[in-house]
Amino acid sequence: MLTINGKAAFGGIVIGKIKEFSKEKNVVRRTKITDVKEEYTRFENAREMAISQLSKLYEKAVKEVGEANAAIFEVHQMMLEDDDYLDSVKNMIETQMVNAEFAVATTGDNFASIFSEMDDEYMKERAADVKDISERVIRILSGVADSDELAGEEEAFIVVADDLAPSETIQLDRSKVLAFVTRKGSTNSHTAILARTMNIPALVCTPLENDVDGKIAVVDGNSGKIILDPEEDTVLLYEKLIKEEKERKELLLRLKGQKTVTKSGKEIKLYANIGGVKDVAAVLQNDAAGIGLFRSEFLYLQSEAYPTENEQFNAYKTVAEMMAGKKVIIRTLDIGADKQIDYFNLDKEENPALGYRAVRICLDRPEIFKTQLRALYRASAYGNIAIMVPMIASLWEVQKAKELIELVKEELKEEGIAYGKVEFGIMIETPAAVMIADELAKEVDFFSIGTNDLTQYTLAIDRQNAKLDLFYDAHHPAVLRMIQMVIDSAHRAGIWAGICGELGADTTLTETFVKMGIDELSVSPAMVLPVRDKVLGVE
Amino acid sequence: MKTFQYEVKDELGIHARPAGMLVKVAKGFQSKVTIEKGEKSADASRLMAVMALAVKQGEVVTVTVDGEDEEAAFEGVKAFFEENL
Repeated sequence: MLTINGKAAFGGIVIGKIKEFSKEKNVVRRTKITDVKEEYTRFENAREMAISQLSKLYEKAVKEVGEANAAIFEVHQMMLEDDDYLDSVKNMIETQMVNAEFAVATTGDNFASIFSEMDDEYMKERAADVKDISERVIRILSGVADSDELAGEEEAFIVVADDLAPSETIQLDRSKVLAFVTRKGSTNSHTAILARTMNIPALVCTPLENDVDGKIAVVDGNSGKIILDPEEDTVLLYEKLIKEEKERKELLLRLKGQKTVTKSGKEIKLYANIGGVKDVAAVLQNDAAGIGLFRSEFLYLQSEAYPTENEQFNAYKTVAEMMAGKKVIIRTLDIGADKQIDYFNLDKEENPALGYRAVRICLDRPEIFKTQLRALYRASAYGNIAIMVPMIASLWEVQKAKELIELVKEELKEEGIAYGKVEFGIMIETPAAVMIADELAKEVDFFSIGTNDLTQYTLAIDRQNAKLDLFYDAHHPAVLRMIQMVIDSAHRAGIWAGICGELGADTTLTETFVKMGIDELSVSPAMVLPVRDKVLGVE
Repeated sequence: MKTFQYEVKDELGIHARPAGMLVKVAKGFQSKVTIEKGEKSADASRLMAVMALAVKQGEVVTVTVDGEDEEAAFEGVKAFFEENL
């Protein structure tokens, strides 16, 4: 058994036999020709044939992956009509008296190198396009048929190749491909995009040896790895995962598009938690009604210095736009404790969980907080954004945060910058906030309960300490009673209350929460439908 | 000869697909359509040359049309940029 890590281009798990897709490199020989005109006619005929093949591929692709993804094949056709490309081939045939194959191969290489030398990732990918069309013309010139190595095979395979051109990907019979694994390639290549649209698990940049043909393997597109010659235990484990995934897909088919309502008709806002822009796709796939917790820390964690207002604005705006009017609740900066960032220069602390973190940093260093608030308010013009502040323990913290928000709004108004209506909420994570929830409720539009921290602070148990697992009871009655208190306080003040901590996704408690009167549950994207399923079953 | 400047707004810049569409538009006119970015320039009816300019989001290009139908070409090409890029 051998596990090899690659980069996941599309998720999903399969077990099957590997088929090495060995591109037989056409060795192009340079030969001397005598009749220039005849040679150019040969090229022209091959070119027309290639264009007609590409036009058929385009039609196949439109049907299978949609017009936008098929467009690359239209571009391929146009490349074969490009005057510079044609002039180059013609020139070489005429002045050097070489065969059309050689003229096309050289021209293709020259144009490919123009693209591959650009310092632009997207344009670098285009080198593969030029090579692909040139190879097609050469194949036609040398009378080699389009290779379909899976033709005639009964079973489906894990297709392994050094790299796959979009044309090769789309040419394969979908029903015979379990997964794509390439040694090169990038997650942004057209092939990766095609795999995603075709719903086929795909890995790129996977350093496989050359002797894998015929081996049994597990492709895990969720964690980006391939396991060669898996042991029986591993196969059993993955078969179980495949079964779960299948069940999830069935759940999806059954529950997608449905409202999250109890039998008596109470609708629960079922939102998803995300850690960055890249997670939005999963939110939409799993049919969440909005985003209940957008952890803004990623912007700070992936950066070497404080992210600028514009950088933040762009990320928030992108998510708001992708969610197209659905609620996006963005949690303001929550670092400190277990999340450290070098450029913040935070001191080492005896008790980081009780220390300088989250809103405490924001209020102590308002310039950082204001930058984020400005970015959030600017982005609010592009969608339905809400803000929530973590780690609140006292009333004045909420009031101070609101003052800063008013300041930011005034600034934007003076500068003539648009912003929308923004709901303002706080996270309830400290026992103190629970006890004064009545007071806090008068200041905000909603509560979101962070059950992880609330449990740790209520039970006085460090959740990082594995030795305390025996004592850490996520279902402790003290925590559940606190949740009830928070919901009641919220409702008395006419605002809504939700849960965005891990407990929200605990389906053994879904019924309990609904009966307590919870208005919103925000869970990881994969848990949206299982939770919806539970809610639908509650009286 | 007529000319206009345009700041590219598309996230990917003038990438393959719009470059292909631009070539089609440019070929529809008799006028010569030239795109300049800094010191580099390309004939807008030549796909690879347009792509090789590698125009990115936020970059400004100067587009020049020159020929008998330059009035129509100017309007057509300008409209294409505004709608697609």
